[in-house]
Amino acid sequence: MSIIRLHAAVALIGRFPALAGIDLEVGAGEVVLVQGPNGAGKSTLLRLCAGLLRLESGTGEILGHNLGRDRPAIRRSVGLLGHDTALYDDLSVRENLDFWAAASRCDASAVASALDRLGVAVRLHDVSVGLLSAGQRRRVALAAVVVRRPQLWLLDEPHAGLDPSGRDLVDVLVADAARAGATVLLSSHEVDRTLDLASRRITVAGGTITGDIISGDIVPGDIVGGSSSDVG
Amino acid sequence: MWADIRLIAGKDLRIEWRSRITLSQVLPFALLVLVLFGFALDANRPVLDAATSGLFWIAVLFVGLMAVQRSTAIETTDGARRALLLAGVEPAAVFLGKALAVALQLLFVETALVGGVIVFYDASIESFPLLAATCVVATVGIAAAGTLLGALVAGVRARETVLPILLLPVLAPVLIGATRAFDDALGTVAVDGWAWLGLLAGFGAINIVLGALAYGVLLEET
Repeated sequence: MSIIRLHAAVALIGRFPALAGIDLEVGAGEVVLVQGPNGAGKSTLLRLCAGLLRLESGTGEILGHNLGRDRPAIRRSVGLLGHDTALYDDLSVRENLDFWAAASRCDASAVASALDRLGVAVRLHDVSVGLLSAGQRRRVALAAVVVRRPQLWLLDEPHAGLDPSGRDLVDVLVADAARAGATVLLSSHEVDRTLDLASRRITVAGGTITGDIISGDIVPGDIVGGSSSDVG
Repeated sequence: MWADIRLIAGKDLRIEWRSRITLSQVLPFALLVLVLFGFALDANRPVLDAATSGLFWIAVLFVGLMAVQRSTAIETTDGARRALLLAGVEPAAVFLGKALAVALQLLFVETALVGGVIVFYDASIESFPLLAATCVVATVGIAAAGTLLGALVAGVRARETVLPILLLPVLAPVLIGATRAFDDALGTVAVDGWAWLGLLAGFGAINIVLGALAYGVLLEET
């Protein structure tokens, strides 16, 4: 079953076509690394798959929902970690996660275990998010995604700002999610790390997909520039 | 829907309580405005008496502006608006929850301001029910229109300066209606305050309906 199915998908940021005709099909349980230079359209692709951007032309289906007509249903089923953490500075860690769990109609009892899983110390649970370091905020934001138990994980630079143990935790989370049947689409510049994690790697440049390689074929040297041997 | 409204309003009020901005900054600012108007007009006592209602509501509009800007900033600072969309909360519930939180903060400040005009301007209340009803109904209109326009300018780069330009003219009917109704409540001018209250109620109702219908589009587009 295809979790993501995009055909000639175009998405605009303002008037600029940040995605200029993307064709992509991702199946259940796949871990797909999205790579490419800055401004290539990686974050836009993740936001489109989250149902946050309008599909200007082309067709798209995410988790069986039409990307043109049924974006609210898509949003409810995905977990997106973007560049922003979507946390309220004046609320504590616990209050933030309780709020997002309630807003997403998720099980509030999962909050404590999610924080524990992300290595957020119990002594920090009642601390205002505004007092946390960037890495700690990132962990809390990831915990909010974990609480949602999404079918499709969309992780935009999930390793950014994390210490080595935090990066290891992200890898474990992704691997566990895939093992549980979820699909993961992640963009990362952590090439060595994500090579082991991803079952597939796509390269985005200029708003289109210029490379698509299945795990066994990935060679570290390919990653840096997205070699011309990539199959589109 | 009601659960979501309570959730959003509760979150905004908790943030407000933690930051103490209303208590430590907005309230002193509002009282300061009243005092400064008093200094400017105290030499001409009849003018101050006649202008008390208008000065009260001008102070409330300034406070409303600050409350709406703060309410908008809560969601835009770290991408919470997008997260609300992903959470699947009904946009109408987000609008009503945020407007409710702004309204409750405004009512709190207005209570202190009523005390302020009694102490600083020596005003007396002729009709407490009319005064209370005016505060509630006008505040609903200010909060609803403010929350709606706050969402409209959320994606604008200079939203702090754009919002007053858009919001203050929109709130002109509230300033006029609430001032007239207050004149009656304070006994400074012989007008039918309850009739003006009808105008305020109409303004509030229109903005609540408009906000509940349009907020989803604004969340998506800004």
